[in-house]
Amino acid sequence: MDVEILARVQFAFTVGFHYIYPPLSIGLGLLMVVFEATFIRTGNPEFEKLAKFWTKIFALTFGVGVATGIVMEFEFGTNWATYSRYVGDVFGSALAAEGIFAFALESGFLGILLFGWNRVKPWVHMVSTIGVFFGSMFSAVWIVVANSWQQTPAGFHVVGEGMYARAEITDFWAMVFNPSSVDRLTHVWLGAFLAGAFLVLSVHAYYIVRGRQVELSKKAFKIALVVASVFSLGQLFTGHNSADGVAVNQPAKLAALEGHYPASAPADMYLLGWVNQEEKTVSGIKVPGGLSFLLYYDFDTPVTGLEAFAPEDRPSQVNAVFQFYHGMVAIGMTLIGLSLMGLFFWWRGTLFEKKWLMWVFVWSVLLPQLANQMGWFAAEMGRQPWVVYGLLRTSDAFSAAVTANQLVFSLILFFLVYSLLFALFIYLLNKKIQGGLEHLDHDQSHPRTQAIAQNLIN
Amino acid sequence: METFLGIDYPTLWFLVVGGLFSGYAILDGFDFGAGAWHLFFRKEEERRVALNAVGPIWDGNEVWLVIGGGALFAGFPVVYATLFSAMYIPFILFLLFIIFRAISIEFRSKEEMAWWRKTWDIAYSVSSIMLAFLLGVVLGNLLTGIAIGPDLSYLGDGLFDFLNPYALMVGLTTLSLFLSHGAIFLLLKTEGQMFERLTQLARAGMIAFMVTFGLTTLYTLLYMPHLSDFFREHPVAFLLPLAVFLSIANVPRLASKRLYLRAFLFSSLTISMLLMLVAFELYPNLLLSSIDPQHDIDIYEAASSQKALGIMLTIAAIGTPLVLGYTAFVYKTFSGKVKLDEHSY
Ligand code: HDD
Ligand code: HEM
Ligand code: HEM
Repeated sequence: MDVEILARVQFAFTVGFHYIYPPLSIGLGLLMVVFEATFIRTGNPEFEKLAKFWTKIFALTFGVGVATGIVMEFEFGTNWATYSRYVGDVFGSALAAEGIFAFALESGFLGILLFGWNRVKPWVHMVSTIGVFFGSMFSAVWIVVANSWQQTPAGFHVVGEGMYARAEITDFWAMVFNPSSVDRLTHVWLGAFLAGAFLVLSVHAYYIVRGRQVELSKKAFKIALVVASVFSLGQLFTGHNSADGVAVNQPAKLAALEGHYPASAPADMYLLGWVNQEEKTVSGIKVPGGLSFLLYYDFDTPVTGLEAFAPEDRPSQVNAVFQFYHGMVAIGMTLIGLSLMGLFFWWRGTLFEKKWLMWVFVWSVLLPQLANQMGWFAAEMGRQPWVVYGLLRTSDAFSAAVTANQLVFSLILFFLVYSLLFALFIYLLNKKIQGGLEHLDHDQSHPRTQAIAQNLIN
Repeated sequence: METFLGIDYPTLWFLVVGGLFSGYAILDGFDFGAGAWHLFFRKEEERRVALNAVGPIWDGNEVWLVIGGGALFAGFPVVYATLFSAMYIPFILFLLFIIFRAISIEFRSKEEMAWWRKTWDIAYSVSSIMLAFLLGVVLGNLLTGIAIGPDLSYLGDGLFDFLNPYALMVGLTTLSLFLSHGAIFLLLKTEGQMFERLTQLARAGMIAFMVTFGLTTLYTLLYMPHLSDFFREHPVAFLLPLAVFLSIANVPRLASKRLYLRAFLFSSLTISMLLMLVAFELYPNLLLSSIDPQHDIDIYEAASSQKALGIMLTIAAIGTPLVLGYTAFVYKTFSGKVKLDEHSY
């Protein structure tokens, strides 16, 4: 098989796998901060249990996230040598900043978060939890900035030729705030909060239907439900901003997202559909002129379509891009629906009596995960054939030194190791969930509790 | 060309990258070393102590690799790209062992079954050994040179050419250096029987290092004359190898007096001075071509633009004090002998 395809498959596989974990860590980080802060503020030991329980789950997702992340960093060099030479000057600094400002913060305080419960004062522990959470938020910043620069390059000029051609940075802040950074970063953050919130919802819904730790689980569920509602609505907003940005900056991608072929015509919006790439048509359920309306608030404004681009400048997998995009949006709507339904029944006071709804929440944890993956697949496949949009083609970017055999070898190894890793992760996650919060029962003689009690008395 | 304190930016960044990798070698060096000894501890309790000695810090140590990698990517993208794609197999293996090591630490304590723990013990120990060894192999290849042809092309076979004898020797030397370094670290963290046993292991590690290091040095002087050019041209620089020898000799001396903290500091110093030696041998080159010195890649060819380097020096100047600050705080929190509690691995 050809080197380019293998390199792409390997990159997509390893980064897709990596991206199962960071959103969970970021999202759980937020909820851990909320739980622990509630504990410190109220002194209610139940919340300490929650904080400890979720910290343990966090440790699991974090561990796998780190191990698979290191692979990603070095894969730029091993598999995408030409690309790395080309972009190093510009976004190497974003990666270096990520290491210094984000990962160091995160892993530095992680030790205290996990092992420091009995060693440091409660407020120091709280600060460490916040440190880890901020660290994980910052990790998203720099890597998304780097990726956004590839989508919408800014703040650079190109020098040199052939093997020596590269983009050189001219304006750091223009690079950081390139046209798509902010939209995409907010969208990615909210996607991560949703991943975390729905895991918490899922686990506590499970405890509620199983009749374990019911009172505590209800409290945790309500907190997570508020988080989920706020951010699922927010996600619609940030997603819309992204789409607006894509229309301006990457018209070929936008056209692929909706399977819009005519060079210039009003564009429809599909709820469901199938793109026939041969005949350049889409069949499905649509809102005529819907895309035009979303972008320009008018059903008749023409939108640039794929035909406006030379065939070699269009994404080749239009249907896949279309499906991933529509899958994400459908899930986004479902998450909004679910959260609002939860809020409604909470208001009616019957939320926890609806067993079926609790079961829906138990399984809902898969939805944000799927949406996150589909979002990235749509964004990255829609960017093709460019690795740096409009500047460097993917077919020119891979490592000339690496052979197909080496790639097959590493791809198989990664596949085996990651399958094992995933199986272990699920097994241990399940075990921790089944283990529950009961054993975290509070020991009153604990120095930490005494310290908190002391603080409350003073 | 822009300068700071009279040093040009590419050279400064060369120092930054060198500093990061020597920090990395010191830190992950002791935790690879500690892991490499793991199977020598027979009792469950001892294995847990050994794991928890690195428990709260190994992840932070690995961040030095991430930052070092980022700094290399950002400062010398040409080297980052050429080196990693040419050394594809060792790097992929390195990454896989990093994964195994991380998950062994993470997963071992999660089940009680003996076979479970034993499996992860083996995975942990083997991956620690292999990581130390592979780091040395890559370093060895940096010194012998890589098959780089015109226009940054790579002309080797891409499969086994990284396994040349010199690289293997450097690999073994690195492994034994880390074994000794790791054992000394564990001495700081343990008590009782385990401590006594470790004094012997530390001695074995030091002897292994002296032997392998001696052989590698001899081989270098005899067969790799290009590496000592710098020292022949600048006789004053001979002070550095001299200092290295003194520092190496000082480690067993301090250890025999049971001054382990100082022995550990000198062991760390040794690691960073050895890397300084390498840096002097290479500078101003970063990658040597084993085909023709004309294709060597030096820091000026490989460096990012002045602008990018300037930005990154600023980032480093802001970031480093922060990182050092909270690293010191974490080490202080977990200093002293390991105590197991319900949050331990
Ligand atoms: C900073 C850069 C960066 C970041 C943050 C991401 N990617 Fe990416 N991605 C690339 C940089 C990149 C790349 C190196 O530029 C690739 C390799 C080949 C290509 O065309 O782009 C790529 C390709 C690529 C492909 C293959 C597309 C194709 O070949 O058609 C997929 C499916 C993903 N990525 C998915 C993801 C996911 C799930 C991410 C979430 C973590 C992600 N990417 C983050
Ligand atoms: C190709 C792209 C990516 C690369 C090269 C990359 C690199 C890395 C590296 C090297 C680590 C380990 C850091 C350590 O040792 O502590 C890591 C972990 C992490 N990454 Fe990624 N990453 C990528 C994509 C992403 C994206 C898109 C996000 C954010 C949304 C993200 C968020 C995180 C977080 C939060 C961690 C900490 C571990 C965890 O929480 O699971 N990464 N990544
Ligand atoms: C509710 C409606 C949604 C809309 C209209 C929407 C829109 C978009 C658009 C247009 C992109 C492409 C951006 C680009 O290529 O620059 C995108 C990407 C993405 N979406 Fe969504 N999205 C929605 C919901 C969601 C949900 C619910 C999640 C996850 C929980 C999610 C996660 C992602 C991710 C991870 C990406 C890739 C990163 C990026 O490019 O920003 N999206 N989304």
